Amino acid sequence: MLRKVAYLLPVLVFAALAAYFALGLRPDRDPHLLPSALIDKPSPDFTLPELNGDGKLSLAGLHGQVVVVNFFASWCVPCRVEHPLLMRLAEQEHIALYGIAYKDNVQDTRRILTQLGDPYRSIGVDRDGRTGFDYGVYGVPETYVIDKNGRIRKRFVGPLAADAVNNELLPLLQELNKS
Amino acid sequence: MIVELGHFALILAFCVAVCQAIVPLLGAWRRHYGWMSVGRSAALVQFPLVAFAMAALMYAYIVSDFSVINVIQNSHTDKPLLYKITGVWGNHEGSMLLWVFMLALCGGAVALFSGNLPPALQARVLSVQGMIGVGFLAFILLTSNPFLRAVMPPENGNGLNPILQDPGLAFHPPFLYLGYVGFSVSFAFAVAALIDGRVDAAWARWVRPWALASWCALTVGIAMGSWWAYYTLGWGGWWFWDPVENASFMPWLAGTALIHSAIVVEKRDALKSWTILLAIITFSLSLVGTFLVRSGVLTSVHAFAVDPSRGMFILLLLVASIGGSLTLYAVRAPSLQSGGLFAPVSREGALVLNNLLLATGAATVLLGTLYPLFIDVIGGDKLTVGPPFFNKTFVPLMVPVLAAVAAGPLLAWKRGDLLGALQRLWLAFAAAILVAVAGLYLTSGGPVLAILGLGLAAWTALGALVEWAERIKLFRVKPGDSWKRAVHLPRAAHGMTLAHLGLAISVAGIAATAFEREQLSVVRIGDSIQLAEFTVTLDKVERQPGPNFVADDATVTVRRNGVIEAVMHPQRRFFELQQQTTTETAIRTSLLADLYIALGEPDQNGGWTIRAYWKPLISWIWFGALVMAFGGMVSLSDRRWRVGVAARARMNAKLQAAAGD
Repeated sequence: MLRKVAYLLPVLVFAALAAYFALGLRPDRDPHLLPSALIDKPSPDFTLPELNGDGKLSLAGLHGQVVVVNFFASWCVPCRVEHPLLMRLAEQEHIALYGIAYKDNVQDTRRILTQLGDPYRSIGVDRDGRTGFDYGVYGVPETYVIDKNGRIRKRFVGPLAADAVNNELLPLLQELNKS
Repeated sequence: MIVELGHFALILAFCVAVCQAIVPLLGAWRRHYGWMSVGRSAALVQFPLVAFAMAALMYAYIVSDFSVINVIQNSHTDKPLLYKITGVWGNHEGSMLLWVFMLALCGGAVALFSGNLPPALQARVLSVQGMIGVGFLAFILLTSNPFLRAVMPPENGNGLNPILQDPGLAFHPPFLYLGYVGFSVSFAFAVAALIDGRVDAAWARWVRPWALASWCALTVGIAMGSWWAYYTLGWGGWWFWDPVENASFMPWLAGTALIHSAIVVEKRDALKSWTILLAIITFSLSLVGTFLVRSGVLTSVHAFAVDPSRGMFILLLLVASIGGSLTLYAVRAPSLQSGGLFAPVSREGALVLNNLLLATGAATVLLGTLYPLFIDVIGGDKLTVGPPFFNKTFVPLMVPVLAAVAAGPLLAWKRGDLLGALQRLWLAFAAAILVAVAGLYLTSGGPVLAILGLGLAAWTALGALVEWAERIKLFRVKPGDSWKRAVHLPRAAHGMTLAHLGLAISVAGIAATAFEREQLSVVRIGDSIQLAEFTVTLDKVERQPGPNFVADDATVTVRRNGVIEAVMHPQRRFFELQQQTTTETAIRTSLLADLYIALGEPDQNGGWTIRAYWKPLISWIWFGALVMAFGGMVSLSDRRWRVGVAARARMNAKLQAAAGD
């Protein structure tokens, strides 16, 4: 009997996979914004070596300004997708964009930024992913908005899209900067 | 007119496929020979029909017929002829047509070359092929028709993505697809055997050449794709664990397991239901790959235009083919007679270990590829599980594979002597230690994993050679006798040695990437940068016109100790039509290392970004893959696939008599 069940296993595994695929195709599947357990809580502290120069990028150093923190990596394909948008945000909207290179080689990070352009005011190197872990990063890219008091106000999972930036990110930044 | 004929041929092919799917299956059930033979005729008719459709689309591309939507979207009159032709499969619709073309080719080949199959088995195999054909032809005709006409033909087309205008890329899809689709034959054999309820050595002998041929094509296709990424994408990487790459790598891993487990079925009549399962899984992974790439459920650098309705259609095809075959497996496999028994330490045991590790490897890659989707579905969004995941999970799995590759072939069937095998490998072990120590010395304590990789490569290579030398009794009998033995050795044995050597070569190339050197700086005309022992000087940058682009062509001189080593021309090409810039890297390949120079952005002060790499042994990665595929083809040319069992037995008897043991 047990032997017969074992032969059923492949088709059961496939059924589970197919269910996931079907869910993945759902047209309304677009929960772009995954709420973070940390929303409106003080942002986890971090102090990371800077990619360019010998300084440190720390939460304390960002205090008093509204910042956008973007977790990215050279090996991440969706990061490439959102990259032009980040360049626009930095060059045209002049937002305070900081990068955290998540589980990435320093040379690889530099290489990709030389190739595509560097939108970040400063980049912290999170080689072992500990800071990402503290933030509950699922994968890259993820983007966090941190207010003047160091609280996380918003989390974007996956690549930023033009819609989300225009309708959510930019208005939120404006509002936070006013207060 | 020709375009409409192509469309019509495709519809006819669909109707023929329906016949091919139903009639022979009924015939095999009712023992009606006339109905069974319909399978052969249908397969032989289907191939020219699909080939005609393919040719019709190609014709529309060559004459730039801009009344066809597919041509508008992907071609342009300025495009070189080569890329007009290869542009046929550079898009979703055309590549699906290529897919079906390969399927019809395989079906036709089965019909032609399987005259010695039992008629019922042949009928069932062709029927399963027909069913796959029905599904995919319907998919093309209903959701992805490349023959649709435009209402208002424009003056010119949109052109092909410049990054795809490259010979390496242009030619790798046919190989990849031949590989993917070729596994449909082993799949069809597996399903036919399940219906039949019988798997024996003869079955394995029919399946294995098909699996081997597909495996060779897939190996070449993957190597070409990786090589293309290496020289085109301009950052010197050669494998990115991108979903599209993984989609080709998973069937390769499963297929590698399949060609090994089929040996056990053939020689020892064991592992039958596992081999059947592997044949199903290998083709299923090809199908899943097709689904992932085209449905838009995952993001990728190579993404095709995405359309959820297509995704749904492919998903239904997956459920029908994979779900159907696995259900059949669950019902029929328990009743398969299991054959020869064997001890854990034996040739069979080693092949089981190989299979377990390769299958786990494929599952790991599948998990890593689908993880973003799982997260996505439970409420996250598109994200990537990158190389860190694969390096931590997949790479350690391959270490025992390599360790076992050398020892496995030295073990006897049924019950082997591991200690004896390892003793015979002392030379390989010594070589591995020597290479590792030399590596440690030369790189003054380089990365441990890379040193280990080089040692394993040496172990695998020497292990393969030792086994081959033992077979021909090299140095133990007179050279002339050794030569005679080598001549009489079955080609499959030579093939195995070559394939394992190829694996070792690739592994050495992969391990050596850890030692590469890189220089990235902004250089003015006349200035130099230092890269390892090379001085790289930017002499000039000139503007040059191309057929459909304008290029900034840099002249870069590389000197070693003041002596000119190479003059190289990296370019940046600007494609006016797409407003897109591509980098054309200059690579000087030698046996020991590549010099790789890419030209980046100019700055405001007349400086140019230059990325220069020194990559030791990098070309070994692809050379090794070619050696593997060549080994597969040598094995494929083995007499025993072509002559009957009786002749094979006679030959063996003769060999044994000659060997005197």
